[in-house]
Amino acid sequence: MSDDLQALIDSLPDLGGAVLVTLQMTLGGAVLAMLVALVLGFGSRTRSLWVRGPSRVVIEFFRGTSLVVQIFWLFYVLPVFGFKMEALAVAIVALGLNYGAYAAEVVRGSVESVPTGQWEAATALNLGPFHKIRRVIFPQAWALMIPQLANLLIQLLKGSALAFYITLHDLYWWIDELQRDTRDTFFSYGCGLVLYFVIAYVLTWGMNWLEERAKRRLGRGTRPRLRDVFGLKPGVPTEVVRVKGGVA
Amino acid sequence: MNEDSIWSWETAWDVLPQLLRGLVVTIEATVVGMVIASILGLFIALAMRTPTRWVRGPLRLVVDFIRMTPLLVQLVFAWLLLVDIPPLVIGFSVLGVHYATYMSEVYRAGIEAVPKGQWEAAIALNLPRARTWRAVVLPQAIRNTLPGLGNYAVSMFKETPFLFAITVVEMYQAAQQYGALNFSYIEPLTLVGLLFLLVSYPTSLLVRKMETRLA
Repeated sequence: MSDDLQALIDSLPDLGGAVLVTLQMTLGGAVLAMLVALVLGFGSRTRSLWVRGPSRVVIEFFRGTSLVVQIFWLFYVLPVFGFKMEALAVAIVALGLNYGAYAAEVVRGSVESVPTGQWEAATALNLGPFHKIRRVIFPQAWALMIPQLANLLIQLLKGSALAFYITLHDLYWWIDELQRDTRDTFFSYGCGLVLYFVIAYVLTWGMNWLEERAKRRLGRGTRPRLRDVFGLKPGVPTEVVRVKGGVA
Repeated sequence: MNEDSIWSWETAWDVLPQLLRGLVVTIEATVVGMVIASILGLFIALAMRTPTRWVRGPLRLVVDFIRMTPLLVQLVFAWLLLVDIPPLVIGFSVLGVHYATYMSEVYRAGIEAVPKGQWEAAIALNLPRARTWRAVVLPQAIRNTLPGLGNYAVSMFKETPFLFAITVVEMYQAAQQYGALNFSYIEPLTLVGLLFLLVSYPTSLLVRKMETRLA
């Protein structure tokens, strides 16, 4: 056990970099995913078939093919066609596109859940299309979508462990190194899983805070109890998002 | 092999049988994993309803821990720890346990969606507790959970390629092996992607239909 601890202490200098890579992928992927989600989410709501069709195709394509396949395809196959990306960029693009497609459905669903009266009121106030969405519709949809986006963010963090297999030195790489040094699987993987859990927990707090803020800005929020902020919400399972009126 | 074009149909045809064999393993893993997940998930959801906090607290922690840490790392962890057990069995079980933590939420929501009147009616009829659950609550709750179950089945199907990390030859691993042997990843990997789409898209359409019918 003391050997394990010694190996752990020796590997601590690498840990910072490893966590940083994992965070870069998670946050970079999340930002890209959000951009993709907004474009595709609003795109799949437009009336014009020329926008709606391609949006739906892209969403279904990235939801339908596995993340594992996408990441390795971008890494191994795309360079053959002349697009060579760094491993970190591959990871961010793959995570961003995959979870962006999932998030696009969340965006679409949340925007549709905003009562029609809000659209009508905004039209009655003679707000332009951009203003209508920016000032009236999106803030309300945003408050609705955050819990589901929080779930997707955790999924994205978990998916980022794949990056180890495309040569990135992320948190999983660090676990693997520790396992090699100590030859103690239980200890090394136990430490690693706890670290992943801690990162996921911190991200969840961040999203809880964002949700409280979004609600307060709508004048709906109350001051959150300590338990709401630090507790993990049960959350709507991401895949059940589309169920309306059914579950939950 | 044709040197000029990047895509070779010959290679594609050559690899297809192996990929289809991999697809069978992928589907097997999904079915077995989903059976484990739906049974274990129900038990977790029921255990979460016990009044004592000494059961709920630790269980909540374990469930959150499994749910919020990467499936990939869990798979390799179990595989390295349990050397005597064949990888395929480990794959099935870890997938099942991981998704059981998701399914438990679906069951919880399903149970909570059963109207209070149903409970009260069961009490009024003096049904024993076990019978209330078996004959009144669960049949209604499980109907509520079917769309969630379908969605997670599709999602699990797309996560089975993680099993490549523990040497299970599912579809992705089959493509990988072929690619490593013949130095051509383009056709195998692209085909794997298309096969995934081919299976998961119709299934998710079916699930969506089921949602609208049950909703």
